[in-house]
Amino acid sequence: MTSERTTGVARPRRRLPLAEWQLALPLALAFASIFLAPLLMLVGVSFFNDDKITQPGFGQWAKFLGDPFSYKVIADTMLLGLKTVCATIVIGYPLALIYLDASPRLQKVLIFIIVMPLLLSVVVRTFAWIVVLGREGVVNTLLLQLGIISEPLRLLQTELGLVISLTQIEMPLMLLPLISVMSRLDPNLRDASAALGASRWRTLFKVIVPLSMPGLVAGCLLVFASSTTAFISQTVIGGVRLIYLPLLIWQQSLVVFNWPFAAVVSLTLLVSVLTVVSALSYLGRRSGGYVHG
Amino acid sequence: MGRRRSLGDLSYSLVIGGLATLALLIIVAPVVIVLMTSFTEGRSLKFPPTGFSLQWYEALFDASKSRQIHRAVSNSLEVAAWSTGFGILFGSMASLGLARNRHRLARAADGLFLSPLVLPGLTFGLAALMYFTLIGFRPSLNLIIAGHMIVTVPFIIRTTSASISQLDPALNDSSQSLGASWFYTLRRVTLPLIAPGIFAGAFLAFMASIDNVPVSLFLSTARTDMLPIRMWGMMESTLDPRIAAVSGVLIAAAFLLMLVMEWTVGLTRRMRD
Repeated sequence: MTSERTTGVARPRRRLPLAEWQLALPLALAFASIFLAPLLMLVGVSFFNDDKITQPGFGQWAKFLGDPFSYKVIADTMLLGLKTVCATIVIGYPLALIYLDASPRLQKVLIFIIVMPLLLSVVVRTFAWIVVLGREGVVNTLLLQLGIISEPLRLLQTELGLVISLTQIEMPLMLLPLISVMSRLDPNLRDASAALGASRWRTLFKVIVPLSMPGLVAGCLLVFASSTTAFISQTVIGGVRLIYLPLLIWQQSLVVFNWPFAAVVSLTLLVSVLTVVSALSYLGRRSGGYVHG
Repeated sequence: MGRRRSLGDLSYSLVIGGLATLALLIIVAPVVIVLMTSFTEGRSLKFPPTGFSLQWYEALFDASKSRQIHRAVSNSLEVAAWSTGFGILFGSMASLGLARNRHRLARAADGLFLSPLVLPGLTFGLAALMYFTLIGFRPSLNLIIAGHMIVTVPFIIRTTSASISQLDPALNDSSQSLGASWFYTLRRVTLPLIAPGIFAGAFLAFMASIDNVPVSLFLSTARTDMLPIRMWGMMESTLDPRIAAVSGVLIAAAFLLMLVMEWTVGLTRRMRD
């Protein structure tokens, strides 16, 4: 920045009458006033004992952290995220491998199929799974007609149904970073591995997976962050019996109107998501070191 | 050895191919199934749909029967247009100001502007509700526009900064050494070159605003209803079959938009890189 400025002064030309970084000021002001200030206020509100926000104190934190139920909800929410991450890896990674081997024309079709759901409202994708998993839905109709089951299975309002749905809903977030990293890999690496006698499995686990780790980690982060906070999918497919942190935030803030408690829960959500996300990216960096080491 | 190798390769093709097919099926099937059920003749949403009719689309487009939905759609479009507009203005200015700046503060600001992408949206939504209420604002579309701008501007900054970092700095220098002013260089050299990046980001920001749940959930009221929140209501109480028709329209819109964006700015290429 300094060097740019000094050369600018040295040469006689009409430059912007202010330093270039000042172009970022309007957005910085907007972020300070409608992003950072609200978040600080959220932290402040969480330290009030009553829902009228008049008596400061640690009461709400003590109430939340003293209740074993809270830990169950936190654990369930994090587990939901991890299960979704695993499911998207198990079926998403092979799709990325197929994409890598496909002809350019097929690649165009595949990327279209992968990106398109991203442009489709999450609510529409959630609704689609109600039609698929419902009592009179696709899965039950098919299994009943094949005679595999005699009465409809309960798939909605179960964790299994929710994980299946979230797998589709979050899949593009896993695939895009994966494909982005994998298509930059040198194709000669795989040929070299095969020429040296490695089987395709060995090449996959010893060459492709380690080299695609940055994309895999990025995908895991996005899927985890998105599925743990997917309020609509969690409430509509999971129902009210499966309680996750987002549902608790909504109930406490917009149904019970206990804002300090809602603030405590949403800060808990923020901290737990960021903790797992930073742990994942730490592991990602370590595995990155292993490739070069 | 050769035999074992081919067995291994066979299992590789079967497992990888099978899982990838499953992935494609899981991605595509629900969308196709929703499209099919939206044309049902019946009164409920079961599969396979009975008969073929456009009754739910007719009910959806009926101005008096679906007034609430229409209001929610126009609110959503208005909010998306304004928040994307402000996002383009502030976001591309910020990218121009910071993309080439290696200073510690500039990197920090860049990280701050991108942070809504990883921050749980519900936390910001609740924070915004408390903040606006406690400093005395009444709920309005303007507040929703402000909230959406914050959570969608990262998309514009990301694609715009990527375009700027691919620019040859010599272009800027030669334009200015030929006597062009800073503003003339911006208008005639820089902007035309980074415009596709700005457009791609603006498109993603617009779609993210239309689709936003966490901010709208907290900031919208009955008067300022937003489409995803209304659709959530339609699914929560009794399953209103018009939601299949809404979904059908949104699927068609996403498909068309995707084709248009692919032809104009090469959207998928930008999302991969």
